[in-house]
Amino acid sequence: MERSSSKAGNGQASKISASPDDDQGIFRRAKRSIDDLITQARRFRLKTKQQELLIRVSALLLIYVLAFATRLFSVLRYESVIHEFDPYFNYRTTLYLTQKGFYEFWNWFDYESWYPLGRIIGGTLYPGLMVTAALLYWTLRLLSFAVHIRDVCVLTAPFFASNTAMVGYFFGKELKDPGTGLVAAAFLAICPGYISRSVAGSYDNEGVAIFALLLTFYLFVKAVNTGSLAWAVASAFAYFYMVSAWGGYIFIINLLPIYVLVLLVTGRYSLRLYVAYNTLYVLGMLLAMQIRFVGFQHVQSGEHMAAMGVFFLMQVFYLVNWVKSMVEPKLFQAFLKIAVIVTGGAGALALGVGMATGYISPWTGRFYSLLDPTYAKDHIPIIASVSEHQPTAWSSFMFDYHLLLFLFPAGLFFCFRRPTDATIFIMIYGLTSLYFAGVMVRLILVATPAVCLIGAIAVSSTLKNVCGLLREKPVGKVPERQGKDKSKGGSDQSIPFQREACIVVLAGALYLLTSYALHCTWVTSEAYSSPSIVLAARQSNGDRVIFDDFREAYFWLQHNTPPDAKVMSWWDYGYQITAMGNRTVIVDNNTWNNTHIATVGRAMSSYEDEAYEIMRSLDVDYVLVVFGGVTGYSSDDINKFLWMVRIGGGVFPVIKESDYLNNGEYRIDAAAAPKMLECLMYKLCYYRFGEVSTEYGKPPGWDRARGTVIGKKDFELEYLDEAFTTSNWIVRIYKLKPPANRK
Amino acid sequence: MRLRICCPAILSFSSKTQIFALGLPRTLAMDDARALVTSLRSAYTATPTKLKLIDLYVAYAVITAIVQTLFMAVVGSFPFNAFLSGVLSCVGTAVLAVCLRMQVNKANKEFKDLPPERAFADFVLCNLVLHLVIMNFLG
Repeated sequence: MERSSSKAGNGQASKISASPDDDQGIFRRAKRSIDDLITQARRFRLKTKQQELLIRVSALLLIYVLAFATRLFSVLRYESVIHEFDPYFNYRTTLYLTQKGFYEFWNWFDYESWYPLGRIIGGTLYPGLMVTAALLYWTLRLLSFAVHIRDVCVLTAPFFASNTAMVGYFFGKELKDPGTGLVAAAFLAICPGYISRSVAGSYDNEGVAIFALLLTFYLFVKAVNTGSLAWAVASAFAYFYMVSAWGGYIFIINLLPIYVLVLLVTGRYSLRLYVAYNTLYVLGMLLAMQIRFVGFQHVQSGEHMAAMGVFFLMQVFYLVNWVKSMVEPKLFQAFLKIAVIVTGGAGALALGVGMATGYISPWTGRFYSLLDPTYAKDHIPIIASVSEHQPTAWSSFMFDYHLLLFLFPAGLFFCFRRPTDATIFIMIYGLTSLYFAGVMVRLILVATPAVCLIGAIAVSSTLKNVCGLLREKPVGKVPERQGKDKSKGGSDQSIPFQREACIVVLAGALYLLTSYALHCTWVTSEAYSSPSIVLAARQSNGDRVIFDDFREAYFWLQHNTPPDAKVMSWWDYGYQITAMGNRTVIVDNNTWNNTHIATVGRAMSSYEDEAYEIMRSLDVDYVLVVFGGVTGYSSDDINKFLWMVRIGGGVFPVIKESDYLNNGEYRIDAAAAPKMLECLMYKLCYYRFGEVSTEYGKPPGWDRARGTVIGKKDFELEYLDEAFTTSNWIVRIYKLKPPANRK
Repeated sequence: MRLRICCPAILSFSSKTQIFALGLPRTLAMDDARALVTSLRSAYTATPTKLKLIDLYVAYAVITAIVQTLFMAVVGSFPFNAFLSGVLSCVGTAVLAVCLRMQVNKANKEFKDLPPERAFADFVLCNLVLHLVIMNFLG
């Protein structure tokens, strides 16, 4: 309409059409500005590569935060406190390091433990964890964050768990592609097998060592893939960090030779392998010998000889290859014969002479029991008594791995299909570590990164194939192919309902991965987040009641005993008593002297007068026992007592295990063996317990942990006085009476 | 145990003595050994001078290690860390030189893309690390 009027008269139209032109003008201007905005926004629109990078980086950030956050349950529920027993020693040494400096720490002789022997701490610990925590503490202090060293120690393990997840990403990327890396990082971040030893508060060597382990393996695989000396040197430094952090470095120094041998045997040798392994071996060995605790073991111990043997084997191998490239085949055969005979002879001679003269020490009991699980039970009861060293049950595997247990064989299949040097490595790592995880519960931790990576390979490859199939454009009817009557499109190999099947597979994967995440969070919350120094229970009305008896007892010790008092207890509590009670102990968790521990075990299992003689000879002032009869706490000394008897009896034949059993049964009620009712441990635990009513409807003296009434109720202690019993009777402390006047 | 990386001279000496020890038919084995030695010698003279230089360095390092071990056998092994650091520095630098040789050798297809300057820089870096650790370890 406007157009016709403007066509009619131009002069007037220009004036009249100003107002309708305004409307249209506004409309046109608006449209133009929107177009401008869209073109500007299009300039910010990312290309596919950048989109992918953004998704990857944000996923990795979320994984980093998740790995840290999921380990904080116990800090949120209780407080920022160090858990368990071993971490208290690590905390005490870190405290010493931050207060006195590195020189004092490195040369520290501790006279407060293992009285009267003392302990050379500087030379008998793995300093990696303490130095790491101290460095973090000093860095934060430098940035003027006034943190306390205890908080730094509590949060070290979750921080390194996040870093491990990042290394898992890079390792997965090296193995296959970035997708595998992301899945591996996600699995590693929440896998309960790793969480169990790296929650906030679990300030133990493994928290840092698993990071070092995975880093060493990643850098080594990178060195093998690229053949670059720089990556090999980096892996040597990572190996040094591992050696400084944990005794489990033996696994690395034995796994790498096995890997090299497998590659040599399968014909996948390459010059890159030579560069990577030899650099790591020589530089890593030199760096490792700087740690005093490790010392010269790399050249003297039988456990490290495999690496040295493979080192020499590689030299011979490459010499032979080099000669092969220079002479003709016939002559080369002769040379090969000579080389094999000479090498075999010299190697066997060296090994034989070394072992016969005892220069090369045989495998120590700790690691021999991994190859022969029954060895420790018969020969070294201390190793057999630790609960973490028991063989693993199937339920533990399922509990700690869940979905990954089923993805592991699938991942192995994908690795076998297109083997590369890197996937062969992860397969060997996974299979050997799973074998050892089956022998000892504690080693589930070492197998976790391998299981996560192999599971990630399975998931990522499956999802990649499925998504690839999903994205294929259906090619409709294909008339020129005679004899093929396909109604659904796709390539020749497509199956009917392909798209639907892919969507079903994707939905199934989503369900399984979600259930994995839920399971892991539940396990972390329920099973692995308890600081065992603080116990919690639920009353009948649902209220939560906290037992803080351990710290109550240790602080009583600190405030009510003379500073040079000596405390005798079973070795489990040694570290905690020294760290929190600040008193000298007779034996502690280091368990380096079996005879000393056996002496304590003998004292606990003897009659009161014999025990008094032993305790006087050790200058003991106080005795500490842990008793769970009132609360039902089942990890108390009465339940551990048979191990005390076994260890004591291993050194002093006067203590026989059969004396404490009635018909082979271990009992503490009226039908108990007579020596059991008279021994020191029984008396110390059940003194005055006969007067206590623990449960409604049960007679006094009802032991809730064992579920019976105790055998002997009314007795007096002749040589000890009761000094302190905590509010829930969990920890009981007795003081030795001075010797009576001569009669 | 001695590292047998290079030097035809050492090789020929040992192959001759071994054959005597095994009691193989002497004429046949001697001919074989002689042919082996000559072909090795001729093939070796064809290698470029750069590589021969590196081989010489490796030989020097290995011989030094052997001399140190013999010395230790005579005077005893205390202090052990000094002995180890001496021997391992020789062995370490020999190994690193062999790695350098591999990376610089144009006949190796695997290291085709690696510029020789980068290989040498890596070699220097690794030797630096090695000798720093050795100096700490000497005591």
